[in-house]
Amino acid sequence: MICKEEIVETQKKINTQRPKIFIGMATCGLGAGAKGIHGCIEQELEKQKLEADIIRTGCIGMCTHEVLVDVVSPGRTRVTYGNVNRAMIPQIIEEHVGKGDVVKKFALSQMHAKNEADTPYSNIPFFEDLEMNKGQQKFILRNCGYINPDSIEDYIAAGGYRALKKVLKTMTPKEVINEISKSGLRGRGGGGFPTGEKWASCAKYPADEKFVLCNADEGDPGAFMDRSLLEGDPHAVLEGMIIAGYAIHATGGYIYVRAEYPLAVRRLKHTIEQAKQYGFLGENILQSGYSLDINIKEGAGAFVCGESTSLQNSIEGKRGMPRTRPPQSVEAGLWDKPTVLNNVETFANVPFIINKGAERYSRIGTEKSKGTKIFSLTGKIKNAGLVEVPMGATIRQIVFDMGGGIPKRKRFKAVQIGGPSGGCLPESLLDSPIDYESLMGAGAMMGSGSFVVVDETTCMVEMARFFMNFCASESCGKCPPCRIGTTLMLDILTRITQGEGDEKDLDTLEQMCDEIKVMSLCGLGQSAPNPVRSTLRYFKDEYIMHIRDKACPTATCVALHKYEVIPEKCTKCQACIRNCPVKAISGNTKEVAFIHKEKCIKCNLCYEKCNFMAIK
Amino acid sequence: METVNEKRIQGESIDLSGVEEILEKYKGVRGALIPILQQVQAVYGYLPEPAVNLIAEQLNMGASEIIGVATFYAQFHLTQRGQHIIKVCCGTACHVKGAKKITEKLSKTLDVRVGMTTEDKLFTLEEVACLGACSLAPVMMVDEDVHGKLASDTVSEVIKTVKESNISQ
Repeated sequence: MICKEEIVETQKKINTQRPKIFIGMATCGLGAGAKGIHGCIEQELEKQKLEADIIRTGCIGMCTHEVLVDVVSPGRTRVTYGNVNRAMIPQIIEEHVGKGDVVKKFALSQMHAKNEADTPYSNIPFFEDLEMNKGQQKFILRNCGYINPDSIEDYIAAGGYRALKKVLKTMTPKEVINEISKSGLRGRGGGGFPTGEKWASCAKYPADEKFVLCNADEGDPGAFMDRSLLEGDPHAVLEGMIIAGYAIHATGGYIYVRAEYPLAVRRLKHTIEQAKQYGFLGENILQSGYSLDINIKEGAGAFVCGESTSLQNSIEGKRGMPRTRPPQSVEAGLWDKPTVLNNVETFANVPFIINKGAERYSRIGTEKSKGTKIFSLTGKIKNAGLVEVPMGATIRQIVFDMGGGIPKRKRFKAVQIGGPSGGCLPESLLDSPIDYESLMGAGAMMGSGSFVVVDETTCMVEMARFFMNFCASESCGKCPPCRIGTTLMLDILTRITQGEGDEKDLDTLEQMCDEIKVMSLCGLGQSAPNPVRSTLRYFKDEYIMHIRDKACPTATCVALHKYEVIPEKCTKCQACIRNCPVKAISGNTKEVAFIHKEKCIKCNLCYEKCNFMAIK
Repeated sequence: METVNEKRIQGESIDLSGVEEILEKYKGVRGALIPILQQVQAVYGYLPEPAVNLIAEQLNMGASEIIGVATFYAQFHLTQRGQHIIKVCCGTACHVKGAKKITEKLSKTLDVRVGMTTEDKLFTLEEVACLGACSLAPVMMVDEDVHGKLASDTVSEVIKTVKESNISQ
């Protein structure tokens, strides 16, 4: 059991007088080579005979700049170095760790001082003032990248488990539910169902067993905020889950996490063990008389298991297929017992709400969508990474202010929000606010929060085909509208991208969109037509060009390439000439390139190498 | 269970003591089938038929039911796989940034089709929905290591390093 002295002790440990080095070691950091940098730093410290604490943190959200290394000298602010490679390490270690002088040319930003005694460096921008972080409000991501996710002491020192103590010591389950209802929190997994309402309806069913489940089966291609939360601040998710468990009188809990996230699984196992050691989980939590045990279930690679009833079947050890509703899960869910299922991000919101109060929380966001939302910003964008914005922020703010716009001077074309269940929104909707209702009205969906930006080189028909292919292969096969419908739609889309489309196809597609939506059993099928419907709505001209002119305006669909140079766009750079394997292109610094059709083998290399989209 | 301890399959004998150990651990646990299959696969690299039969016997369920579950999830394999598993991410971000080319390059370098294992049983090439490292797109995972910001030439380098580390072991 934890007592006050221990917390003080913990904080002391964190405030030692040794320099500290933080390395971002979430999946994105590791993918960029953080492991090698970690080893290199250790070696360099030894070589220079210096001492420092090395702390592995989660993701701070600036994924474009990975590997990120932060250095804190005693009494100074924390400085972040971006795009760190091995060559930079000796200098950083020598000057910053050794002498306390920041290496300005590598420094990206510095954090605001936590203690007033810490002096900031001049001429280094503050983290919050970076283009990418302006306009963001990091409430849920507050610990990600700051604390060591493997250390419960770090989490406690950052104010963790205070909400759980408050709930267990001073609030009844009913009061907890009321507080969550009042905050206006809605499910972050996509549907946006009011969390308080869900808990309340589960709480009213009496049962010998009840379950609280955390959906960490983040299957949306393009989404990684749940992974980042689990890797960067797993205790916050667990704390939210325990509070939910208390509110509905749950006797057991499961975290259903994707097996594709091995690091998150490892961290969660460790997190649960630590929480048990400290008395936050298990028998008689903090002597309140409430007991809860939470287990981890690894998913096995089926997208449909993100659907609540499928997920429950999968935990029970069956094929992960959905069932008809009612009964709803809150009445008869896992093993036919009342069950509450919430997404990772939803649970991470809970401790924040309890600590700050529902009233304070509901001041963030719009009238119907409260709080913040984390998006994983990727695709054709300068600053890819995690952004946490208050609900109601516009797409333009995310793409152009935080994201820094489109690289390589290309034009913005659309943003795909919500993965295979969401839709593609065009330039004309850049200024529309992001909240549940607005997105739904525009034909997209909050989804779990994937935010993929595409530029003018992306073909929207091909994009729709990509998502339909995904849904068709992930369909569990239980209900025919989804199983057969998605396959048929995929056939039509494939035909169109190969130049064999018919004008009637568009009507057929629209009709099938409606049918699949209405007749499918679960959310996967019901939302599968969304990417097609939204591209048909905003980019119909592209479909028509594919069908009528047998041409792909972005020249993405290889089957439709004509391999001709567009003279107005050609800059005579000769990149295509140098790369052509069969020397089928002629031209020089004075003449635009010309592709000799009789020699061309249609390998598509010239198209790929051209930076000016001058080949169609 | 001495009789089922060793069964011959395709002329090669399989030691099933690993399966028994796993089954022992999950005795009486509800909904344990998927974790059992996951751990058996972690030991053998796939789900050998004798192991499936043993699990069926011990859990008192039909082998067909287990096969039903195993074939539903992309994670389970009923045939032997390579020593290293390469998973190329085909998520939206990777797709937009040219994941297809990465798969093609790997397929060519290793002379293997997607979903298949190389002749020397060293690599299995797979495509997965999303690895959740979208900011590093295009991405692939070799065993548990994520490699990001790939291009055709870096792909070959990664393969070379894995092969070299294999030899040095």
